[in-house]
Amino acid sequence: MKIDFEHRQAAHCESGVTSNLLWNASGGKITEPLAFGIGAGLFFAYIPLIKINNGPAIAFRTMPGHIFNRTCKSLNIPVARKKFSSKEKAQAFLDECLDNGHAVGCQVGVYYLPYFPKEYRFHFNAHNLIVYGKDGDNYLVSDPIMEGTNVLDSYQLERVRFAKGALSPKGHIYYPKENKDITDDQIKQAIKSGIKKNVYNMLNIPGSFAGVSGIRNTGLKIKKWRDRLGLEKAGLYLAQMVRMQEEIGTGGGGFRYIYGAFLQEADVYLPGNQLTEISSIFTKAGDMWRTAAVHAAGIYKGRIGSQEDFNTMGDYLLEIAAVEKAAFETLKKIKWQ
Amino acid sequence: MKKDDVPQDLSSLGKITKEVCYATDSNGKYVTELSSGWDVKITALDTAWGDIEKRIAAAKQQVLDGKASPLLFFLEYRLMDIAILAGYTGFWKWQIKRHLKPGVFNNLSDNKLQKYAEAFNIKVEDLKTMTVHED
Repeated sequence: MKIDFEHRQAAHCESGVTSNLLWNASGGKITEPLAFGIGAGLFFAYIPLIKINNGPAIAFRTMPGHIFNRTCKSLNIPVARKKFSSKEKAQAFLDECLDNGHAVGCQVGVYYLPYFPKEYRFHFNAHNLIVYGKDGDNYLVSDPIMEGTNVLDSYQLERVRFAKGALSPKGHIYYPKENKDITDDQIKQAIKSGIKKNVYNMLNIPGSFAGVSGIRNTGLKIKKWRDRLGLEKAGLYLAQMVRMQEEIGTGGGGFRYIYGAFLQEADVYLPGNQLTEISSIFTKAGDMWRTAAVHAAGIYKGRIGSQEDFNTMGDYLLEIAAVEKAAFETLKKIKWQ
Repeated sequence: MKKDDVPQDLSSLGKITKEVCYATDSNGKYVTELSSGWDVKITALDTAWGDIEKRIAAAKQQVLDGKASPLLFFLEYRLMDIAILAGYTGFWKWQIKRHLKPGVFNNLSDNKLQKYAEAFNIKVEDLKTMTVHED
């Protein structure tokens, strides 16, 4: 069976899934940038204790699952979500959803995802895709980061839905329970609440691992990487950072550009709050992240690698932290018109 | 980033799908633009894979030297750690650590070997002989 569903490519998997699942209900109003911003998607965290592919965990976006949850909650859309210990029950539930005409979001691991190129397959378990139909033993899959749709047989889908390791999906499935109309007023409120939450996440989380203080702290740490880790490992760490920042799924510039796009769209709903001007600061921040990535590439390619080069690298992050701090403080001070 | 500056360096992903980037047009308005890849992140990925290849080669040598069982090789080959392998097989981590010893591995039951083979998506025979088929 096939459900009335249109595949739309997006930059980021979760905001793409959110936007696509809400497309009919919102009449296409909840675009990817709006979902990302309402879901307070922008973040930074550096968690050296958690190792991913033998490198530090660095995130430029919020925790998996938050964007969909927050967006639906802010728009007052009831959400169904389930995890499973049994693979059979997970498949039965999925089939039931499809029979009832629901396209559903699934959290999956990418390592055994057959349509991904081999070079991109890591044990990363926070990818999201939509299943929108079944044809015999084959499931119709809309992966928002891909240009077209794909087909996975039941074994292939089960394998990625039950991928193992950190953040293992455990068959996690989610969808909006009903197609409620979404009003402009709701969107306005949701935008304000999304911005407020994002301001908190970037400015007020205690400790120095997250938000702008996390960026600053990482900048300071990078300056010591050459001595502490040696040139080769330091290069690997920087390559890991660049991948988290720029790889497919980010929209470029560590999600800063999607956030800039969000603020521009938000300005249409809430004019007179300088959101377009603030958007351009995020564009600048994204550009700075990319400049830093070019410098990092010089190091991991082995073209440069002196302590001076690491100092410059660290300074890039200190500058970015200052720019983003100012941007979020401006957002925090908005007296909504 | 300006729309015209969205990089188009062909990556391994770019051969399969282009990716959506957000960039600004001549009026400063955000639009989406497809990119086929960026040299900076292609080399970042190459750097990561270069390290993985080294780890795989080192693991292979350990197995050939009789210091580890073929499990170590496939662990690295499948980019897993013991925790991930424990997740896929249902074995405890301490059991897997034992099975990494060649002597213990050589006496594993077919049932247990089958679990490992499934986790690595290979055949039992290939597991024993450290044979890989490109997939």
